[in-house]
Amino acid sequence: MEKFLWAFVVGGSICVVAQIMMDVFKLTPAHTTSTLVVVGAILGGLGWYEPIIKFAGAGASVPISSFGNSLVKGALEEAKRSGIIGVLAGIFEVTSAGISAAIIFGFMSALIFKPKG
Amino acid sequence: MSNKKNKKLTPTQQQYQAFAKAREPEPSVVRNCLRAFLVGGLICTFGQALQMMFINYFNFTEETAGDPTVAVLIIISTLLTGFGMYDHIAQWAGAGTIIPVTGFANTVASASIEHRSEGFVLGVGGNMFKLAGSVIAYGVFSAFVVAIIKITIQALGGM
Repeated sequence: MEKFLWAFVVGGSICVVAQIMMDVFKLTPAHTTSTLVVVGAILGGLGWYEPIIKFAGAGASVPISSFGNSLVKGALEEAKRSGIIGVLAGIFEVTSAGISAAIIFGFMSALIFKPKG
Repeated sequence: MSNKKNKKLTPTQQQYQAFAKAREPEPSVVRNCLRAFLVGGLICTFGQALQMMFINYFNFTEETAGDPTVAVLIIISTLLTGFGMYDHIAQWAGAGTIIPVTGFANTVASASIEHRSEGFVLGVGGNMFKLAGSVIAYGVFSAFVVAIIKITIQALGGM
């Protein structure tokens, strides 16, 4: 039960940071998400993102910042196995499910739905 | 900068500018943040519930449960986008719906649906990543740089 609470608090806090970036610093949503992804990648490289996921579960793995972390994680894991070329080969290893699902269901939605308005 | 702008205006126009500015609704940062916290937190809590369901009932481990969780969130978000409901929620919740992975799926699905009239290859295929592309481009490039730096440091005997 505690895990749900921390997922709520941490996930919500990341969204508040993004909301402040949008409202106070007048960034567009695209700039905000790109910044969070880069921050996630840097935290992942420092090894600080995994402890947050351990602690907050989906609160840290559902926000887009975990995308950056997963990219770094995949690159480093594959590099350990197959040398420096693994950085290129492994970068999408962990995030493949998310990106593939977004492409496949996005395409299916274009087949099914008509634009509104 | 505002002085430079004001020089071009007549006194009446300047008065009007001041009048209009005083009556602009204050963008309520606190209210927006509360909404973002509530909705973003709820989406993450729902993700946590999905993850536990996959671990407890479908024999996934903590490591592997992430994939089906993200997939289910993406399916739900794509459906809500298709029915035109995601935009309504996003209008209310701001960053609360943009930052979770559901927002990523929403940008892919909405760009696909919107450009459908331009054809399935040039329209849907070409514009699918119109909004989501920046996330992937910056994510991949920064991950590449971070990974190279980390590997270099490790090779030199640090960390």
